[in-house]
Amino acid sequence: VRTIQITVNGRAEKIEDGLSVAAFLERRRAPQPVVVELNGAVLTGEERQQRILRDGDRLEVIRFVRGG
Amino acid sequence: VKDTLVIGGREITNRLFLGTGKFSANRLIPLAVEASGAQVVTVALRRVDFDNPDEDVASFVPPSCILMPNTSGARNAGEAVRLARIARAAGCGDWVKIEVIDDQKYLMPDNDETLKATATLAAEGFVVLPYISPDLIIARRLQDAGAAAVMPLGSPIGSNRGLRTEEMIRILIAEIKVPVIVDAGIGRPSEAARAMEMGAAAVLVNTAIATAHDPVAMARAFGQAVAAGRTAYLAGLAQPSDTARASSPLTGFLYE
Repeated sequence: VRTIQITVNGRAEKIEDGLSVAAFLERRRAPQPVVVELNGAVLTGEERQQRILRDGDRLEVIRFVRGG
Repeated sequence: VKDTLVIGGREITNRLFLGTGKFSANRLIPLAVEASGAQVVTVALRRVDFDNPDEDVASFVPPSCILMPNTSGARNAGEAVRLARIARAAGCGDWVKIEVIDDQKYLMPDNDETLKATATLAAEGFVVLPYISPDLIIARRLQDAGAAAVMPLGSPIGSNRGLRTEEMIRILIAEIKVPVIVDAGIGRPSEAARAMEMGAAAVLVNTAIATAHDPVAMARAFGQAVAAGRTAYLAGLAQPSDTARASSPLTGFLYE
């Protein structure tokens, strides 16, 4: 299987080539709901389904936490 | 007469804003909201920890509340703008508390960067509530830039030191047209009541409630104090005097 390297929440990760953002999140068992930013731009739900991750992509997976 | 605070087109009747930081468990959040009557509740944004995914804190905030994400973690205007856009993408509304901090000892907000972020986000239609060091000039500029309110600190975040900046906050209340909401440092209900007696539009309390021995009871106490202080402000406080002023009549004494 061909792999690519992406950065997820600031950490480099090697992943299988050809995964959509949504498929990657599912594989990583990401909690729901989250906001996803790819290379600095927020993705809609549809974009998560369609966008295939590429080598060098920077993914941020963010959610609400307790705060004041 | 109904006493409402209108921010961003929303009518608010409870003037205690509640922060959710430092609660020992998420299940306490809805209980504190209910006990205090708070209608505006803050949350923060952070990266998901895939190994230890936390529960979704927003799901513990009653849907009737206005969710106010903060931009904590932002060290400059650009980072605050980015966090605000992420928060809005989460689909919980347009409100944002701008918090730009690059000082780790006192957590003092960077007023200049806060102004830049406020101008950008107000132009994008956000309801922007900036957390600031109390300064009249920056508050005026924030108001002109489209801030929906200004939120001066009473004392450093989480310090429970009360209204140390009282005189500066009084000036903001006198001069600024948008609501002045005292945020940070309030440690006890009496201090919240004092801020409201001074004419603050609201107070934002987090640490003093969340780290109390009984956070739900303390939430109730703060709700009562804020309501009492507001009522007192509207009633018009009697003036202090250096000497006594008899409360009972000074005529018709029995021994005359």
